[in-house]
Amino acid sequence: MTEELKKWIDEAIAKDRVVIFMKGSLHFPMCGFSRAAVETLRAAGATEIAAYNVLENPELREGIKVYSNWPTIPQVYIDGKFIGGSDILRELHERGELARLIRG
Amino acid sequence: MIAAHEIERAIAQALPGAQIEVVDTRGTGDHFRARVVYPGFAGKTMVEQHQMVYAPLRPYLDSGELHALALETYTPEEWEARKGNRR
Repeated sequence: MTEELKKWIDEAIAKDRVVIFMKGSLHFPMCGFSRAAVETLRAAGATEIAAYNVLENPELREGIKVYSNWPTIPQVYIDGKFIGGSDILRELHERGELARLIRG
Repeated sequence: MIAAHEIERAIAQALPGAQIEVVDTRGTGDHFRARVVYPGFAGKTMVEQHQMVYAPLRPYLDSGELHALALETYTPEEWEARKGNRR
């Protein structure tokens, strides 16, 4: 991964509180897991979500996997911290912890 | 295409003694659900637990052979408690 991309991701996850790297957009997710992740974030009270469509950026699609040491998309960051993919989001939501993270 | 037992074997090699159940959810060899119960998960965050399971599957995930793996990870104690709740 290039230094430039790493810096770009550093900034992306610092700039917004709730950030998702996903396939498709918030309105048109292109994968069931990305859709589920967005729905879970909304259900837990996230109103502002910064979404980056990895399908539009092959370098980001591969780079974010290296950056997070996580092999799949979607990937969610809250307050600059890696939270996980759709399974972990659902589990955190069931435990009531996701809403707490989102409230900050 | 990959078979559920190949995924199980890969995880078992990386996490000896783990109790692993893998289901091919669509019967198409690319979407799987895995439940892994492993004593070594104790004290790890959920992210770390999933990273431990993903690590040996990296080649399959990177090649796209394995498109989706829904993961549930538990320590043996957590899994016992979880089963109890569902009864």
